[in-house]
Amino acid sequence: MTHALKAALLIGALALSACTNADRFDNPDAVNLNDQAGIGQTGLGAAGNPDSPEYFNQTIGDRVLFAVDQSTLSPQAQSVLAGQAQWLMTNSDYLAVIEGHADEQGTREYNLALGARRANAVRDYLVSQGVAANRIRTVSYGKERPLAVCSDESCYSQNRRAVTVISIGVTS
Amino acid sequence: MIRFLTFLLAVLFATVAHAQDPLRLELTDGVIEPLPFALPGFHAETAGSEQVAGSITQVVAQDLMGTGLFRQIPRSAFISTPASFSDPVAFADWRAINAQALIRGAVAVTGSQVSVKFRVYDVFSGSEMGEGLQFTGTTDGWRRMAHKVADAVYSRITGEAGYFDSRVVFVAETGPKDNRAKRLAVMDYDGANVQYLTDSSTIVLAPRFSPNGDRVLYTSYESGFPRINVLDVSTVGRQQLTTQQGEMAFSPRFSRDGQQVIYSLANGGNTDIWRTDLRSGQHTRLTSAPSIETAPSFSPDGSQIVFESDRSGTQQLYIMSANGGEARRISFGEGRYGTPVWSPRGDLIAFTKQNAGRFHIGVMRTDGSQERLLTASFLDEGPTWAPNGRVIMFSRETQGAGGTSSLFSVDITGRNLQRVSTPAGASDPSWGPLQR
Repeated sequence: MTHALKAALLIGALALSACTNADRFDNPDAVNLNDQAGIGQTGLGAAGNPDSPEYFNQTIGDRVLFAVDQSTLSPQAQSVLAGQAQWLMTNSDYLAVIEGHADEQGTREYNLALGARRANAVRDYLVSQGVAANRIRTVSYGKERPLAVCSDESCYSQNRRAVTVISIGVTS
Repeated sequence: MIRFLTFLLAVLFATVAHAQDPLRLELTDGVIEPLPFALPGFHAETAGSEQVAGSITQVVAQDLMGTGLFRQIPRSAFISTPASFSDPVAFADWRAINAQALIRGAVAVTGSQVSVKFRVYDVFSGSEMGEGLQFTGTTDGWRRMAHKVADAVYSRITGEAGYFDSRVVFVAETGPKDNRAKRLAVMDYDGANVQYLTDSSTIVLAPRFSPNGDRVLYTSYESGFPRINVLDVSTVGRQQLTTQQGEMAFSPRFSRDGQQVIYSLANGGNTDIWRTDLRSGQHTRLTSAPSIETAPSFSPDGSQIVFESDRSGTQQLYIMSANGGEARRISFGEGRYGTPVWSPRGDLIAFTKQNAGRFHIGVMRTDGSQERLLTASFLDEGPTWAPNGRVIMFSRETQGAGGTSSLFSVDITGRNLQRVSTPAGASDPSWGPLQR
């Protein structure tokens, strides 16, 4: 691998971790990135590499969507989560934080509680598929972090989501 | 001719009858016509106090006019203007322009000290309402002195406590909808003197003043998870309410004595209401149902808690004992009800209602009767009561990608909807007590 390619991957890894880790944990990937040997082992590799975070986020899918005021998992959501569980069991260095979100139709407090329900529904499903419970934490953002900003169903449906954010770390 | 005489007699009789009744504006749903008052500029009694005197007069007028209950008679209509504070009142001149109340005042500045004195007169009975009062303080506190004068005038004319010398804590918002920066801020009730209490490095939500205004409870994401902080307003020092890992805490509110906090705790996806004693640190669980229980608010006597729950399938309002236990549902109208807040008088509960794609701020009696919707918009939420229980402030968010949030106030009769001026976006107001 050329230095230029390594550098390109490194930048890609930084950009990816910046957008997936939502600055919650001190980004553990960032530490490894200064270590050349570490890059060789945990770099993103080709997008097709099934052990890459990129694969998790884009090919398996890092999020599931919900119906209005609901936290039940659709068959489609369950199939995405089965893939997430499989990936997490293969890549046991990774921890997951599940972010529950709501659309703007609803009061702030209720949406925080609803987001907690959604995040927990995802957590329960991953655990039922065999992921260790101590690798998963949940957080609700209620309606505080919408992804799409219009005020109609085309945006609301994207905002009613639970996103599984993965990062390398030690279990608590 | 006879008809004219009858008319004249009727007018005379009405005037006499009026003259015998002391001036009193009864705050009922029926008050539609604002009471006209005359407010000659406060006299500047020392050299260099003209500017402060002018500013104070202006704020007194704004406070009274802002209620929607009073109307200021323009100075151009005045027949005479007193030359000094001690001049006798020319009642006939004020009656002639139909001023019902007359407010006279004077301001003196000595060094960094300012003193304001005022008297209120019932023009038609030709008598003073209450006794003259004087406030003294430092010049930088002139706005508070103006608010105190207006509070006294409001109180003497309506018989109700005022609310102008009070502060509001809120969330100041900047940035686009999908990357909004939020920080806690506190301001005078009218939007003046904004001060920031936190930076915008993390999400902060729904601040709540303590009953005496010394502390603020709010929800912060500084740990990465929603947790409740107690912030000391004067030192800006803050402390986190103890929460176990895996728990999310939000929607806090103080008890009347400021020693207890009730809030929501989400654990394993289930949200219930808890109470923490700030002195002993003891946590008590007040609800345990698989449904969402949130947005608790104490009754003024501390014996009961109103909250929202979706245990029936949709968000509705319930009241339970302050120690938990059986709850009785009080909301039965169409739609969803949330964020109940008990009025400081104890007689009403303000709430957010969501129905047919619209949001409303409303009030109902504590048994759920006499529901009255005060506002309607794309998104109104989070009512908070003025310390006298006559006015409600809330957040209003506009629709669409460019939607922004701002603060509004409305009288509990549903009249006098007004935008509260803030430097940028604003949400989640909590109205503090009348200051001493």
